[in-house]
Amino acid sequence: MPQKLKEVDVVVIGVGFAGSILAKELAASGLTVVGLERGHGRHSVPDFQAPAIHDELKYSIRKGMMQDVTREAMTFRNHHREVALPMRQWEAFLPGTGLGGCGVHWNGQAWRYQEADFIYKTHIEQRYGKKILDPDLRIQDWGVTYQELEPYYDRFERLLGVCGKAGNLNGKIEPGGNPLEAPRSREYPNPPMKEQYSGALFRKAALELGYHPFLQPSANSTRPYTNPEGLTLNPCVYCGFCERYGCEHFAKASPQTVILPVLMKNPNFELRTESQVLRINLDSTGKKATGVSYMDAQGREFEQPADLVLLTAFALNDVRMLLLSGIGKPYDPTTETGVVGRNYAYQTQSYVPTFLGEDVHLNSYMAGGASGTVIDDFSVDNFDHGSLGFIGGCYVLCGSTNARPVEFHPTPPGTPRWGKKWKDAVRRHYNHTAIFNLSGTSTAIRGNYLDLDPTYRDAWGLPLLRITFDFPDNDLRMSRFVTHKASEIARRMGAKTVVDSPRTGPFTTTSYQSTHNTGGAVIGADPSTSVVNRYCQSWEVPNVFVVGACNYPQNSSYNPTGTLGALIYWTADALKTRYLKRPGPLV
Amino acid sequence: MSEGPNSNSRRSFLRSSLVLISTATLAGEAPALLGNQRPEEPLRFLNESERRFLFAAVDRLIPADERWPGAAEADVVNYIDLQMAGAWGRGEMLYRHGPFRKGTPMQGFQLEYTPAELFRRSILAINAHFTSQTKSFDQLPSEEKDAYLSSLEKGDIDLDGVPSNTFFDFLLQHTVEGFFSDPIYGGNKNKIAWKMIGFPGAYADYYDLIDKHGLEFHREPLSIADRTSHHSMISGTERK
Repeated sequence: MPQKLKEVDVVVIGVGFAGSILAKELAASGLTVVGLERGHGRHSVPDFQAPAIHDELKYSIRKGMMQDVTREAMTFRNHHREVALPMRQWEAFLPGTGLGGCGVHWNGQAWRYQEADFIYKTHIEQRYGKKILDPDLRIQDWGVTYQELEPYYDRFERLLGVCGKAGNLNGKIEPGGNPLEAPRSREYPNPPMKEQYSGALFRKAALELGYHPFLQPSANSTRPYTNPEGLTLNPCVYCGFCERYGCEHFAKASPQTVILPVLMKNPNFELRTESQVLRINLDSTGKKATGVSYMDAQGREFEQPADLVLLTAFALNDVRMLLLSGIGKPYDPTTETGVVGRNYAYQTQSYVPTFLGEDVHLNSYMAGGASGTVIDDFSVDNFDHGSLGFIGGCYVLCGSTNARPVEFHPTPPGTPRWGKKWKDAVRRHYNHTAIFNLSGTSTAIRGNYLDLDPTYRDAWGLPLLRITFDFPDNDLRMSRFVTHKASEIARRMGAKTVVDSPRTGPFTTTSYQSTHNTGGAVIGADPSTSVVNRYCQSWEVPNVFVVGACNYPQNSSYNPTGTLGALIYWTADALKTRYLKRPGPLV
Repeated sequence: MSEGPNSNSRRSFLRSSLVLISTATLAGEAPALLGNQRPEEPLRFLNESERRFLFAAVDRLIPADERWPGAAEADVVNYIDLQMAGAWGRGEMLYRHGPFRKGTPMQGFQLEYTPAELFRRSILAINAHFTSQTKSFDQLPSEEKDAYLSSLEKGDIDLDGVPSNTFFDFLLQHTVEGFFSDPIYGGNKNKIAWKMIGFPGAYADYYDLIDKHGLEFHREPLSIADRTSHHSMISGTERK
């Protein structure tokens, strides 16, 4: 028999950025909050300390910080006609686990989205007409605008101590920043990161071609910084062990460095780690959540009653929890009915390996997670698509996050995969190769979605999440166009060899691309095409709020965490100023 | 594939004995890079015939050259042995619930074997193939070894249930891992792979160096196993 625990005001499922910030805001308002985290507790000291943390095999190759795939995998297929099979190890994307979630192992690339992103369908149709859209595309507006979210972007950037140079301050274009960014109300809290050599070469070539290079906004601190919570970050030392690792220097913004120490001191909050939530419980009407059921590490099942349930367990896990709990109608791609799992999207990544001369010493292992010089000229809708026949775009970034050699040993095309010629090529090109990173929009289509797998189960006997995904043709056309533009910049840098390698289909689970899994529980103004309203509140069960990249109706060119931060504070505000005064639907 | 001037003597040495790797058979500066030889590591998972095959195979995947030792000399077989004997080899880091069925290439690894089982099964099939030949794999001349490895890579061969390209990719992956990983895992002996490419290793503070563009940076690479006090001393020196 499950043991029924004492009721609390709020239960939070997953204690990463979203869970810890929302818990902190509500606990500070006087509510009792329990945070349930399936993974272990972990802290900068002692868990992320050098030299042990700088272990490429453990963390990068064997995925030491990631969701325990032996217990909870996901299944995958490219098309709904295929049989989905489990991803038996993580490769294409890396869901985290443990206290702090993905906020521990991210790189700290801290972007805002464009104004057009939030009104994407309206914007595209107004600018180009409906004919530019392939018939299977399912883009839509968010139901919340950039202008509404701007103060919350600002607040999240202050929390993280984001480093950058404003390019658009209240509509005024500022020198040194990104002139194409959406207007911001204030300068960044910290100056940008140091520029790498590859970035400086890229900057020169990009300027010569008429583009607008700038240093990427970063949550790797560039100076001692005390955030509004009173927590202090140290400057990043550019160690080259950032993504897939925890930061030993208190330089990367993570829940551990920017919010958890404050949350943990609040007696209204209780953290329970190694607590695997099995489902959100509903009352007999199915319209009200009564709390959650979870199992601890000893296999004991508990029922935790709560007035309010916050689902903040990473995009893919949020969608699975809704499906396991029967909240919202599951999406069916054949009839296009239902909403949960609909509009699953990703990130259309491509790369331009740029082989420079052996006299150009890049020292790419000197790197912060969010180092890099970037142009925004080809992002989202920052360029005219009228004659191009596709929508969307990529930012083009040159720089490195690392040069860890199991992962990074580039060789030019035509090099054998092994043998003496391979070895010679690895030695000759290791310190002289820049890799451009193109991060591209991912457009929702009818056939890409998430649901529960009919066959494969997790360690608790529950169905795994099933991912059905392939790249929309629109996005492959987009990738060809922008990757070709990036290759022109690479050639301008004086490269000996440039590999113009746009993203090609089909999507494969076997090589890393991005952990920017989005959609499946999307935000919107219409309950027939969205799971949550504009305040991230479940249409169907109003005392459940879902906050994650699962809310994004389609994905932008940019890394999603900055926008997630804006949604977190936007939701916290709606909860505190409106919901708690009068619980019920906010729309 | 071309070979160093001493490849014949080295090959004949390897044929006669696998007990001790003699650095004297390597050309150029390689002996100094390898440091003092220690007796060959004990086996934890592999048996002697598996080791003999792997030693010969990784020696062709990343061969020694005039200046730099290859995977065999860097103790990559020791790395593989340790990995196969541990949690990874036992499949304890993979989702291993059935049903197991053949998928598309996009669905990734779907065999029911653990990594250790996959290695054992495949090498057993390879060694069985060579028992009907006049020479075992490790006794072949380099060109014939390369030709056989290429045939595995193409996937033409069924290795008792393991498609040979799956085994080959697995072998190549582990060889690269063992060559470039921190020496605490038993390969990359004396950090020779890091020295070859100029990777400074596990400890790093480049705050004062990252914007010295074009700097030719040389430092003895540091392993996780090097003492922490050593790490801070070295990085302190760099700052001047």
